[in-house]
Amino acid sequence: MFRFLINRLMLLVPVFIGVTVVSFGFIRVLPGDPVEILAGERGVSAEKRAEILANLGLDKPIWQQYFSYLSDVLHGDLGVSVKTNRPVVEEFFELFPATAELAICAIIFALIIGVPAGIIAALKRGTKIDQGIMGISLIGYSMPIFWWGLLLIILFSNTLNLTPVSGRLSFFFDVDPVTGFMLIDTLLSDEKGSFLNALHHLVLPTVVLGTIPLAVIARQTRSAMLEVLSEDYVRTARAKGLSTFRVVTIHALRNAMITVVTVIGLMVAILLSGAILTETIFGWPGIGKWIIFSIFARDYYAVQGGLLLIAITIMTVNLIVDLLYGFINPRILHQKNKS
Amino acid sequence: MALLEISNLTVDFATYTGSLRAVDGINLSVDEREILAIVGESGSGKSVAMLALMGLLPWTAKVSADSMLFDGQDLLSMNDKQRRKIIGKDISMIFQEPMTSLNPCFTVGYQITEVLSHHFGGSRRSYNNRAIELLHQVGIPAAETRLNAYPHQLSGGMCQRVMIAMMIACQPKLLIADEPTTALDVTIQAQILELLIELQQSHGMALILITHDMAVVAETAEQVIVLYAGQQVEQRSVKELFKSPQHPYSEALLNALPERAQGKLLNPIPGVVPGQMDRPKGCLFNPRCSYAQELCRQQPPELQDGILCHYPLVAPKPDLDVRTQ
Repeated sequence: MFRFLINRLMLLVPVFIGVTVVSFGFIRVLPGDPVEILAGERGVSAEKRAEILANLGLDKPIWQQYFSYLSDVLHGDLGVSVKTNRPVVEEFFELFPATAELAICAIIFALIIGVPAGIIAALKRGTKIDQGIMGISLIGYSMPIFWWGLLLIILFSNTLNLTPVSGRLSFFFDVDPVTGFMLIDTLLSDEKGSFLNALHHLVLPTVVLGTIPLAVIARQTRSAMLEVLSEDYVRTARAKGLSTFRVVTIHALRNAMITVVTVIGLMVAILLSGAILTETIFGWPGIGKWIIFSIFARDYYAVQGGLLLIAITIMTVNLIVDLLYGFINPRILHQKNKS
Repeated sequence: MALLEISNLTVDFATYTGSLRAVDGINLSVDEREILAIVGESGSGKSVAMLALMGLLPWTAKVSADSMLFDGQDLLSMNDKQRRKIIGKDISMIFQEPMTSLNPCFTVGYQITEVLSHHFGGSRRSYNNRAIELLHQVGIPAAETRLNAYPHQLSGGMCQRVMIAMMIACQPKLLIADEPTTALDVTIQAQILELLIELQQSHGMALILITHDMAVVAETAEQVIVLYAGQQVEQRSVKELFKSPQHPYSEALLNALPERAQGKLLNPIPGVVPGQMDRPKGCLFNPRCSYAQELCRQQPPELQDGILCHYPLVAPKPDLDVRTQ
């Protein structure tokens, strides 16, 4: 187990370097000058521009910029946002809980509906129920996020007046940010009704962000279940006289979960990129919205730092997923140790 | 009254190319403490017939029978829930592939205690001692520590022993062993068979042994049923079958045994079991039968005295050399 962990961590080193190159290069490839954008319509004189560039360290050759960036990163310093003049790390972790809360709710929503839907489709394979579930999930998977979000806002917020259009909490409530997770903070505060209000705000973004993962999880669960259900040990479980429910939820699902957990790991990347659109539609003050505005402002340090932190988040979650395999199916850990 | 009585069991599978009859009118009866062997080539419907009895066939299978009585209860009229009270408790079954028949995600102890707590109630943990006792019974050393082992940590023979422990846990009246030794080494095969016979005697179980190994039949069983292409072609006591087989297929199976080889060559049965597409007219065995006559090619035979043949062999056998025909 320990050796396996060390091996995995070693693999992260080249990935990490690759990510720094890409996040550093990406924003510089985009057309547009950070200083011009900072100055706005009034423009800026050539001398002033050179002075600002020198202050930001952007006047040096590109390779020098990269190595000083890499050295800063290794020292834990991601630079200062040009736009707000605050450390990138500080800005990121202030907004991160909002995105994390949304992403966690979305993945839970996707699991709670997707896994049972996939199981039912597998058990009823070939029937109308199966075709129905798979058809709906294909539509969900193909639905563009911004379009889906707008449709839901029109229906539930405008027409039915059931949910708020944007934000995390109605401004009638005053809740101290303790953890940054609104659901937890509202529970901790003594503002009555604030928890329900936060929940209300969370419903539509969760559904919008969770739709694609939901569709993928339903389809993956179905195919994993179909495979597992034809295994010998499932027949053994049935030969014991166990109920179909127990055979499916205990004996088959545990084996099928390997696939589902893998998908969750891959979904983190999709969730965080989906969060950019979802947060923009719903005015959700999270990382997605922040990074979009940083890109618009050509805020080099914020963008490269933000991308790096997002990539680290994705790598961490995938590492956890790899470790989870061993707990779900001990045989996998066994094989990995051998190799 | 017999413990298990099945008459005219038929299993059809729905396939894309039409219906496939895997089991075609099998009758069998097993008394308490009796050992019945079912023999036949691959694809003769041995396993399917027993899986039908257990209710373990996939949804594409259609099972019908005139009667299916176990211990006085009618299995046909039962719903799934009632049948599940019998399956795993009074009738249990062990399978061909021990390595894949145990769930890789759960410990041996979990899988054994699960069946006990399911049928007798109570928590799984309360059956830990019983599980250790069972593992001892099936000859697993250091049973206490094996309880926490996962199937991948055990050898094939060990897995089959665990399987047996799991399936005799509830003291079944009937144990079905579906080629329990096929996937194992020859030395382990003998051990597992010995274990099964020993347990059958000490527990007073009836045992149905599915096999394609005539040697196993000779060593263990009292009664034997020979299946061919889903049909029951002969049912006799083992002694009689080995002395004077009456169906040409039984005879051909016996002649294929290495001990009966002439010189250095074995006596194989030419051809293969007919499938869905190449079912012959008349007797299903006629293309491979060395005694086949015109009648055999035209008209399917009917069951007479447990033999499905137009011209059953009579003892003493006609002085014909099978291979020269």
